Amino acid sequence: MAQTATSHASTATGEQKVATFQVYRGEGEKGELKEYKVPVASGMVVLDAMHYIQGFQSPDLAVRWNCKAAKCGSCSAEVNGKPSLMCKTRLDHLDISQPIVVNPIKTFPHIRDLVADVSWNYEMNKTIRPFTPPDNKPEDWRYYQNDVDRVQEFRKCIECFLCQDVCHVLRNHDRKDAFYGPRFMIRLASLEMHPMDRADRIPFIKEKAGVGLCNITKCCTEVCPEEIRITDNGIIPLKERVVDRYYDPVLWMLRKLGFIR
Amino acid sequence: MTLSYETHTHDVIVIGAGGAGLRAAIEVSAQGLSVALICKSLLGKAHTVMAEGGAAAALGNVDPQDGWQTHFKDTIKGGKFLNNWRMAELHAKQAPERIRELELWGAVFDRTKDGKISQRAFGGHTYKRLAHVGDRTGLELIRTLQDKGIHSGIDIFMECTISKLLQDGDGRVNGAFGYWRESGRFVTFNAKAVILATGGTGKAWKVTSNSWEYTGDGQALAYNAGAELLDMEFIQFHPTGMVWPPGVRGILVTEGVRGEGGILRNKNGERFMFKYLPESTRKSFADTEEEAKQWVEDTVANRPTTARRPPELSTRDNVALAIYTEVKEGRGTPHGGAFLDISYQDADRVKRKLPSMYHQFKELADVDITKAPMEVGPTMHYTMGGIRVNPESQMTKVPGLFAAGEVAAGLHGANRLGGNSLSDLLVFGRLAGLGAVEYAKQYDGSPKADVDQIKQAAEDLMAPFERDGEGPYEIHRDLQEIMQHKVGIVRNEEDLKAAVAALDDIQKRVDKVSVDGSIQFNPGWHLAQDLKNMILVSKAVAKCALERRESRGGHTRLDYPNYDTQLSQVNSIVTKGADGQLQYNTAPLPEMPAELKKLFEEDKK
Repeated sequence: MAQTATSHASTATGEQKVATFQVYRGEGEKGELKEYKVPVASGMVVLDAMHYIQGFQSPDLAVRWNCKAAKCGSCSAEVNGKPSLMCKTRLDHLDISQPIVVNPIKTFPHIRDLVADVSWNYEMNKTIRPFTPPDNKPEDWRYYQNDVDRVQEFRKCIECFLCQDVCHVLRNHDRKDAFYGPRFMIRLASLEMHPMDRADRIPFIKEKAGVGLCNITKCCTEVCPEEIRITDNGIIPLKERVVDRYYDPVLWMLRKLGFIR
Repeated sequence: MTLSYETHTHDVIVIGAGGAGLRAAIEVSAQGLSVALICKSLLGKAHTVMAEGGAAAALGNVDPQDGWQTHFKDTIKGGKFLNNWRMAELHAKQAPERIRELELWGAVFDRTKDGKISQRAFGGHTYKRLAHVGDRTGLELIRTLQDKGIHSGIDIFMECTISKLLQDGDGRVNGAFGYWRESGRFVTFNAKAVILATGGTGKAWKVTSNSWEYTGDGQALAYNAGAELLDMEFIQFHPTGMVWPPGVRGILVTEGVRGEGGILRNKNGERFMFKYLPESTRKSFADTEEEAKQWVEDTVANRPTTARRPPELSTRDNVALAIYTEVKEGRGTPHGGAFLDISYQDADRVKRKLPSMYHQFKELADVDITKAPMEVGPTMHYTMGGIRVNPESQMTKVPGLFAAGEVAAGLHGANRLGGNSLSDLLVFGRLAGLGAVEYAKQYDGSPKADVDQIKQAAEDLMAPFERDGEGPYEIHRDLQEIMQHKVGIVRNEEDLKAAVAALDDIQKRVDKVSVDGSIQFNPGWHLAQDLKNMILVSKAVAKCALERRESRGGHTRLDYPNYDTQLSQVNSIVTKGADGQLQYNTAPLPEMPAELKKLFEEDKK
């Protein structure tokens, strides 16, 4: 998008409005907040301000971004402590009489300035069994909109990893060894609920992905920029499927006796 | 300086990981060769993710009369007959299979009432043809390919920029050199064949729907390796970008809004598109508001219609020029655009069919599109021109160098139809993969990079740190001003001559660009590299635009408003001359075989 060097908003007296940003600068743990003054334009978002800093004050400010239209999920950061997409966070929704603090997302290792190393997520995704269709697909597959509304909700995910950032199992308890996080609960749910999928991922969801570790605080749902109801529509149904499989006494007995798998 | 770099060796490398690059890499791997996929960003963030409206394929699920012949004709007519006929034929024939294949890989398209893939109307398409997922089709496509790709044995390298293609003594491509964006360290890839799938070059313009990655990298890499650039003057300005507030100017508003019945009006409330329909296509559009309304009602109700399409579904070049003219003649909206209205429809349906438009306007512009019209205006969206390729193999003039997707040229001619880009990526990504495999299998020996070329490339990359002078951002802003105002939607001789001269000055500044800081994730340094590509592509666009003294598709000349019979027979070609300067030439348009020509004659009966 265009730099917002022009068309700046002015106050009634004709004075240029200016916002103060405190932006995390540095590498690894050796960083600190640095202050920048940025002229405010109508409808401006935090990412515009970061671009202004790059364009006019500090060309080496490291920011990850792509589309600036809330479609790619690259510009995740913590704005005034809240995990947010910088391209969607408008200055007129923030109190600009106070400095706006911009930090990188904290749950993943820091690289430089506002950029974090999110490669763990890509590694986890590789371990999930992909979509598994039946052997003989007819030329025109028939399934109905009602059957896939929920799957499509999950497939709205833009992989911004804000839900991973806010999830306390990952963030506070650092249990990346035992829990895949909300993003991949949603991915698993989208596969499990696909009417044409033939794989069974329930044992994986229980043992490897660790669905049991989620204790339904719904923080992930609150930060999701795509408004996916991660907990209610994804994680809780997965928990129920695990319970049905492993803890239903009738099924347990039938399985024990060899009547079902 | 001491030169250190890591080296990777594969049969084939693919540069660019949007739809075309991913599809190409999947094909190479499926054919049993080793393949590296190199992305400038994180995987799944490439520009394909921003595509909204759909992928065009003559599945005939909604309009059973549709078939590849009609899709072929629509594509050629939309491209004002400057397309490569063979690419248009391959595309129309193979698109349906590529879409069905995506379903098998997990894509979940919107459904018709009887459970098939639903298809929507779009500009220039005779029938309802776009397979879609609400207004986030690109996301569905890239995520599907990504999830297929990570299980296909592809080696994926994220956040890596390629700055140079390496060649052997015979001119064959044998690898590529670049740097990791994160660490700034260097990397060399040895390969028997290289596929470019780097997309377009929108960041050379000020108002664009394109992301930061779109800096003409592939076009410049190919040009410097000796390939030809084709039809660079044809730039698509999408008619509907956001115009307000300033920070979001240029962000795309999907053509799907018009496909679902969106109406364009000027500030006087006049539905102006009726008067901008070209004579040649007027008979396929509604004559009156009543007829257009009938079409929308039938379409929404999912029933057959005898009404003709609303005039808003004219091709993009035409609608963009209409909005531009309305604004220019003083009938624009308060922020210099046109009103696009879908608020007359049922609010729940609008939210279901256009969810990201609803959120985009609500959150970024404080407009509820179910209650009020949007303000929209043209935004630089797509490069029809690009690298010239063989239509069967997708190989460029440089042995071993292939190209697919937006970076390649030929399919779209002078103007691309909406929806033909996503299907382009799938069809030609796959064909480029097959072409590269065939070439690599016959490659004699093992590719070995020439150290002198690597040294030179590394020095070129580090040079901006050695210099003291102007930074890259200022040069970039000036470049965007020139392209926006002098090589924009409407052009003339005087502006284009001025642009050519001004771009020569920008080139001098780019040659001396300076950066500070470390090599670790340094956006200023990255931009200094990207600028070299943007200036080169900008010069090619300006030169071709100057030489094509006619108006056609995405190239409008105020001083030459009509088609020129001679120019209708030629494509523009840009190459790097022996003196290192940009050379302009023309090449005769490949002649369409008689049996395809006949398809157009049937129309006239």
